[in-house]
Amino acid sequence: MKLSTNFLKDYVDIDVDVKTLAEDMTRVGNEYDEAGKLLNATKLVIGEVKECKQHPDSDHLHVCKVDIGTEVLNIVCGAANVREGLKVIVALDGAVLPDVTVKSTGAIEKEDRERVIKRGMIRGQESNGMLCSMLELGLEHKFADEVDKAGIHELPQDAPVGEDPIKYLGLDDAVIDFDLTANRGDLLSILGMAYEVGAIYDKKVKEIDLKHKENSENINDNFRVEVNTENCSIFLARKVKNIKIHESPAFIKNRLIASGIRPINNVVDISNYVMLETGQPLHFYDADTLQDVIEVRMAKSGEKLTTLDGKERTLSEEDIVISDGKKAIGLAGVMGGYDTEITDKTKNVLIEAAIFDGVKIRKTSKEILRSEASSRFEKGLDPNRTYMAIERACKLLEEYAEGEVVGGVCKFDKSDLSNREIEIAFKNINDVLGMEISKKDVLDVFRRLAFEVIINGKKSEFKETEKDLENIEKIIVSVPRRRGDISIKEDLIEEVGRIYGVDNIVGKLPEMPMKAGSYDKVMRGIRNKMVDLGLNETLSYILVNDKEAKYFTKDDTELVSLLDPMTEERNTLRHSILPSLLKIYEYNKARNNKDVSIFEIGKAFYKKQEEYGENNKIAALMAGDYYLGVDNKKQVDFYVIKGIVEELLDYLGYGNRYSFIVKEEVLPAEVHPGQSALISVNNDNVGLIGRVHPNLVKDEAYVFEIDLDKLLSKKVGKMKYKEISKFPSIKKDLAVVVDRDVTSEEIATLIKKAGGSSLSKIEAFDVYTGKGIEENKKSIAYSLTFEKMDRTLTDEEINASLDKIIEMLSKKLNAELRK
Amino acid sequence: MEEQIAKIKEVALEEIKEATNAKELDDARVKYLGKKGELTSILRGMGSLSPEERPIIGSKVNEVRDELESLIKSRENEFSKLELERKLKEERIDITLPATKIKRGSKHPLNRIIEEVEDLFVSMGYDVVTGPELETDEYCFERLNLPKGHPARDMQDSFYITSEYLLRTQTSAVQARTMMANEEKSPIRVICPGKTYRRDDDATHSHQFSQVEGLLIDKNISLADLKGTLEVFVRKMLGENLELRFRPSYFPFTEPSYEVDVSCFKCGGKGCNLCKQTGWIEVLGSGMVHPKVLKMNGYDPEKYTGFAFGTGLDRLAMFKYGITDIRLLYQNDVRFLNQFDRLDR
Repeated sequence: MKLSTNFLKDYVDIDVDVKTLAEDMTRVGNEYDEAGKLLNATKLVIGEVKECKQHPDSDHLHVCKVDIGTEVLNIVCGAANVREGLKVIVALDGAVLPDVTVKSTGAIEKEDRERVIKRGMIRGQESNGMLCSMLELGLEHKFADEVDKAGIHELPQDAPVGEDPIKYLGLDDAVIDFDLTANRGDLLSILGMAYEVGAIYDKKVKEIDLKHKENSENINDNFRVEVNTENCSIFLARKVKNIKIHESPAFIKNRLIASGIRPINNVVDISNYVMLETGQPLHFYDADTLQDVIEVRMAKSGEKLTTLDGKERTLSEEDIVISDGKKAIGLAGVMGGYDTEITDKTKNVLIEAAIFDGVKIRKTSKEILRSEASSRFEKGLDPNRTYMAIERACKLLEEYAEGEVVGGVCKFDKSDLSNREIEIAFKNINDVLGMEISKKDVLDVFRRLAFEVIINGKKSEFKETEKDLENIEKIIVSVPRRRGDISIKEDLIEEVGRIYGVDNIVGKLPEMPMKAGSYDKVMRGIRNKMVDLGLNETLSYILVNDKEAKYFTKDDTELVSLLDPMTEERNTLRHSILPSLLKIYEYNKARNNKDVSIFEIGKAFYKKQEEYGENNKIAALMAGDYYLGVDNKKQVDFYVIKGIVEELLDYLGYGNRYSFIVKEEVLPAEVHPGQSALISVNNDNVGLIGRVHPNLVKDEAYVFEIDLDKLLSKKVGKMKYKEISKFPSIKKDLAVVVDRDVTSEEIATLIKKAGGSSLSKIEAFDVYTGKGIEENKKSIAYSLTFEKMDRTLTDEEINASLDKIIEMLSKKLNAELRK
Repeated sequence: MEEQIAKIKEVALEEIKEATNAKELDDARVKYLGKKGELTSILRGMGSLSPEERPIIGSKVNEVRDELESLIKSRENEFSKLELERKLKEERIDITLPATKIKRGSKHPLNRIIEEVEDLFVSMGYDVVTGPELETDEYCFERLNLPKGHPARDMQDSFYITSEYLLRTQTSAVQARTMMANEEKSPIRVICPGKTYRRDDDATHSHQFSQVEGLLIDKNISLADLKGTLEVFVRKMLGENLELRFRPSYFPFTEPSYEVDVSCFKCGGKGCNLCKQTGWIEVLGSGMVHPKVLKMNGYDPEKYTGFAFGTGLDRLAMFKYGITDIRLLYQNDVRFLNQFDRLDR
């Protein structure tokens, strides 16, 4: 809402500069985006062109002699419309104009800084200032007329030379552009602003002038209103005859401009002017295009209406329409109809002032047009203002459109006009605010807000002393309808806090029993472990495109898509974190960051049988070199990322409970079929590990992803000390030659089985193929550790174990001992 | 014989003194003191002496032996010292060569902030709770006093999946969940950090961002409790001497509602480009839980009051670490991520 302070001053006497007003309004909860003069230009004066000659060295410049009252200045001007005898706006040497340049087409370009006018020579001719168009003074393009767009501003012939042109034009206004909260619909009016400002500075709001004459006819004799929907609580209509359409007086135009509304003609402007004053949107019909009835009803599905912008609209049962009894003639509260709008030929006007349901208006206007009017309906209106607005419109049409107001009001009204009475205890206010505000100060706040207060059944004159109030615990506050945001006692407490101020509250900590707070230690532990392992944590967008959303998954879930995405690149919720990590990898690669070891803990989503769900997952991607520990730089391969997964699972207590399942047919298409596996814990698939398929990433990149919800649901026992053997352990190395496709896991399982209880550790430490080993065979070497808790093992015992192992391996795998 | 001893002594002493390395010294030791050494041979030949002479000569020989041994010892020390010096010199390295790389990973700055906030509130007895990001309209809006068609819904343009499901626009959704889940309707002290989503394509906003929400419900809770709690929060996170300013505002789920400004931590309130010359920076939204919200979620507003607050963590992270462009948080350039690998004291 753009507030014209000149307009505001019609209703409340204040004398503060615009910045102070804006800051004071902010303190009571009304933030603003900008506050300043409507036209921000200095050192301007009205001048008269006494002489105008073609510039000797230019075909479009003129050399003018301009009388500014105190002297006659030589000024070079490029505008085509400059001529002798013209009254003009002169920016003098040193004038500061807004940060815009006006193109010859009238288009405005924003510059970095303000423009300072300096005396100088233009192609050899002295120039002591600039003749201006309104655009150069900062008038918005939509408000400028054709003359200003093409050249300089032409002032009326009676403009007083030597005076301030902005003042002369009545544009010496200051404007605050408020960013209002959704509950304060009342502030979308000058009157509402006046009450708010009045409360801040303790000033009374002045009365609005509604006085007008009316003729002896009565509108109800040949016109009626029918309301056939719940969504209209009040509908008033009045008629004004024989109006004359012309330009509005300057004050109306200027206030509309300051409020951001383009002046059209006196009749249209009056409807906007009254809306700005009262907050109540009005609609004016050309009365001669109407029948003898106006009906408010819900549209029929598929009903057609041509709105005043000339577009044919197809309506639904959710739209409120105005009908002439036969067909729709307007979309209530959103846009009028084409056939009944005010034209240059309109003689007689029917004024509509009504309140329509905000939710319905919101829905319709979202599809058609959000306007000044619809936004006011959405936030709720005061029916008292409906009465006020229609009378004010009559008054202004009488005065500025020479109209004749027809007697009587055509009326439908089932609205509640009365004040809202809310009981509140003084103690309650202080309890919630945590302050000690005196009873008198509380009453004072309500007085300033122009609310009524009832004490012991009697209306207060606000003359009570603190002593008079000593035994009063509760009061009733009677809140005018205009403050639709106030309905419960907490709302009143807020008002007291707002106007009295809460700066003096002394903060304290709540008095509650002590207890230990809690947080998810496991998630934090996982993050810490991954960081310890040398990976960088990332944070990526969960929205991806529909093609990659299911990357790295292979299941029967469906996509989770947005109804209304911002871009095609982000139209679907990811099923896996890995597509996000892949993007990050590519981003880094493009920036020459070759060593990428990243992980992320986050949500992945799915849809299954019409149900939506989400899982916590951890995913990692590793490529390039991996650094960890002393002299340990290694090109990432499958075994590095496998090590990360194993370390994480061991850390979480799943040691000895996991395995990597090689099953090509269940792997998603995005991983290398020969270097990938499913991660299984307790024989249940919890994730995926492997190399990204070369189709997707040409270089080597390795990933894993684990469903944390699934993994962590598998219980783990408490960490407990396990006794260490007091007797020395003995290490033996064993190298066997087996077929190439025998896995290390198969061998280790057999070794374990044959080795018996004294074999405490098996570690593969070397794999060899090549010279000395048959083709299709490989050699794997294991380091075996033997120990007993109760004694030192003898060589005979260990050798017996080794023999058993060798026998088992050669029997089951046809293995041979490597010599 | 005595003369012979004196002679040996003289020559031996000379030889030991002259030795230039450990080998020559050892040769001298063997020559005079070894099993077949010259001094040893004299002791062996003492059998031919008279019983009177024996002790005299014996003690003479021992005297000379002690003297030689002591000299050898001191010369040995001399040589080993030299040897050590030589070795140390030889082992000298260029310590300016690069260190062995021991790389640790790093936590994302937003999660660092979340952990810091969690630790602070956990220390005050709060529980950290979470909720779904794919939320229902009921919990995200309706149970927070934002019925369908409410104009305040415009403040949060949403990503809907269906007419009922959407990506949560605010962590406040967890408020209703926490109240509903507490079957005894006992006091509540929780915070909920997490990701939130809005259809916002403006240059300074990201469609995905993070918030932390706080909710406290008990008997006799006032705005003073809220202010005190937020003072602890803001001062711990942004600076000890900062002041708070409560500015009335509007949120459908609190009444009264306040925006909380903090005195500018860059200029100390004098006015700078960060605070747009106002001396204040808006950091939090807060208020007393709206009685309708309490009621809708099973708490009796006549018995209980409470406060709620929320803040954007992206901005907090940017303030704290001096990050000037929000996009850096989501680009995940490893050169950026690697910077968040130290203890922030």
